[in-house]
Amino acid sequence: MPSKPAISYVHVTRSFGALKAVDDVSLDIAEGEFLAIVGGSGSGKTTLLRLANRLIEADGGTITVEGEDVQSVDPVALRRRIGYVFQSGGLFPHLSVADNIGITPKLLGEPAAAIARRVDELLELVQLDRNAHRDRLPAALSGGQRQRVGVARALAARPRIVLMDEPFGALDPLTRDALGDDYRSLHRKLGLTTVMITHDMTEAILLADRIAVMRGGKLLAQGTPAELSNSSDAYVLELLRTPRRQVERLNALLPQGGAA
Amino acid sequence: MSFLADPRWGEALAHLPDYLGNHVRVSLAALALGLAVSLPLAILTRNRPAPRGILLALASIVQTVPGLALLALFYPLLLLAASVTLAWFGVSFSAFGFLPAMLALALYSMLPVLRNGIAGLNGIDPALIEAAKGVGMTARQSLVMVELPLALPVMMAGVRTAAVWVIGTATLSTPIGQTSLGNYIFAGLQTQNWVFVLFGCFASALLALAVDQLLGLIESGLRQRSRARTAFGAAGIAALVAATLVPTMGRSSSGYVVGAKTFAEQYVLSALMRDRLQATGLSATARSGLGSSVIFEALKAGDIDLYVDYSGTLWANQLHRTEIKPRAELVAELKTALAKENITLLGELGFENAYALVMPKKKAEALGIRTIADLAAHASTLSIAGDYEFFSRPEWAALQKAYGLQFRAQRQMQPDFMYAAVAGGEVDVIAGYTSDGLIAKYDLVALDDPRHAIPPYDAILLLAPKRAGDERLKTALQPLLGKIDIATMREANLRASGNDANSSPEAVAKWLWGKIKQ
Repeated sequence: MPSKPAISYVHVTRSFGALKAVDDVSLDIAEGEFLAIVGGSGSGKTTLLRLANRLIEADGGTITVEGEDVQSVDPVALRRRIGYVFQSGGLFPHLSVADNIGITPKLLGEPAAAIARRVDELLELVQLDRNAHRDRLPAALSGGQRQRVGVARALAARPRIVLMDEPFGALDPLTRDALGDDYRSLHRKLGLTTVMITHDMTEAILLADRIAVMRGGKLLAQGTPAELSNSSDAYVLELLRTPRRQVERLNALLPQGGAA
Repeated sequence: MSFLADPRWGEALAHLPDYLGNHVRVSLAALALGLAVSLPLAILTRNRPAPRGILLALASIVQTVPGLALLALFYPLLLLAASVTLAWFGVSFSAFGFLPAMLALALYSMLPVLRNGIAGLNGIDPALIEAAKGVGMTARQSLVMVELPLALPVMMAGVRTAAVWVIGTATLSTPIGQTSLGNYIFAGLQTQNWVFVLFGCFASALLALAVDQLLGLIESGLRQRSRARTAFGAAGIAALVAATLVPTMGRSSSGYVVGAKTFAEQYVLSALMRDRLQATGLSATARSGLGSSVIFEALKAGDIDLYVDYSGTLWANQLHRTEIKPRAELVAELKTALAKENITLLGELGFENAYALVMPKKKAEALGIRTIADLAAHASTLSIAGDYEFFSRPEWAALQKAYGLQFRAQRQMQPDFMYAAVAGGEVDVIAGYTSDGLIAKYDLVALDDPRHAIPPYDAILLLAPKRAGDERLKTALQPLLGKIDIATMREANLRASGNDANSSPEAVAKWLWGKIKQ
């Protein structure tokens, strides 16, 4: 594992009223790493993710991105250099696919011709047919296509870090599988650092290098799937058992070799 | 004669470019101003509940003020503002016509624009605003690139409502001197010209309907993100505005403006004066349907050049005098007083149009009533009707004081309906006008005023300060002075109250000129 962290949380807290959404969390995400933050609703995983690009501000502790304290960086500039994939796309419904993808480069003042080339490149990268999709409005796309556009938009300004907020949660299982695999290979190919939140441990195990488990604002455990299985925490172990138990039940129900 | 062959349709049509053009101009300006004020306010207050509540409450209060009152209110307000700017900065502006109408209508347009603007901005999916922030937009970029475009269809619906309201309410701007499609309606009501009334109603309804449909097209285009639909609607609006504005553009506004108040006699006299000016080669237009106090201020400010008023009216309303003087003496004194304000009292036309208490001849005889003093004894069992200003005028107070009049009930009525109402027994007594031809037509009688509570009301011709030395104008008007006696004016008024082709103010003015020349 490379030594310099891309993102580092040190004793970070954030409360909403009486609720401690993030409670004294310390976590390093290494450069090039794919980290999944797993937890149920209300676990604080989304808050933790958004603290990194200051969509939410921390109450206490220190967050650094690529060595810089985020508090010393202009939040708008920070967000432009970190890719962000929203739950179910978050595409602007009044803008075409091309305009959605090109939005951050446009905000950065890149010339229109360069943006157009970049959009074509990205459509290819996320495996969408350029001619068929470029000028469509988001409403004319399927859920999976929309999320591919969402990924392309996050990558448009060539970020080294990508944050993903339950990106594949609302998709049907086949699309979800394909999209997950495709993103995983993009992550490798482009040398990205990715932080993805999900409530699905199976997805986390299949895609991520490392997993952080959140519950009630606390970071319960972090590590590779193998390391997590040595955890002493009952909740973590329960989370890890679920995928295997499902597989066992599937194997029992399906004909031989069917589920493999 | 067939209804559609009535030549008054043609007459109405001839006014259309002028009335429609001015109607569209004032509506457009009001809407533009209303939008320019409301949209920033909607944006500024969208996340601030307290100021937003106050703003919407204020706009709602404005909406509850009747359109006519709101328009009327702006005239004295602007007069005051004009006198303040004159005193402080040495510049004045016209408080007449376009400006007060536009400001009042702009205020009227604000509520739907504000309400829909705020609703549109607050109705956006919060996830999209989060996404705008997430891709690196500043608050301003988020507003311009995401929030406003997404709120646009809802905002457009507000603009559409505002446009329809403004176009409808603009018909009420005639009495403060703004030419509009309301000119048809006001003139038609006063001269019982139902062709004009219908024409005015249809024209403004059609205009409102057309604008509503075209803006609706833009709105649905924005909603469905259909560029073609939006462009088609916008092109339609542009074409409509161009078609209504172009015919009146570049038309010289120089020339004399002849004012007229809101009743038939005034329409006839203004048409007569305009014809006289035109006959001597001066260009002149009539500006009719002006409120009684508006018209005098308009003359003083030079917004109109001449009109006919009545000596007793100015005596009471402008000089605030209550004592009664003989006709000639009152006019002479009035002339001196007006001269101090640089207004020229050119002379009397010859007839008097006084207020008089009028009742059916038969009823008066049956009750033994010949004078107002006789009437006082029966008043407590009788009802009285007057025009919209009569009961708040000093003459009414003087009458009550002189004779101790106490009626069972009093009502306000459209002047031209009063005579029919008293003849039909709906009211017992009316405050009519001595020059009205309907007195004879309905077999009514004007009661004597033995205690002289009502001042004389000589019809007098007034010229604006800027026309004080205008000899050509005075020469053109000279033939009218002292030439219209009460019998002639009564007959003219009776003709004007008819509902046929010969009853238009223009036709009656021509007839009247024929009588004067004899």
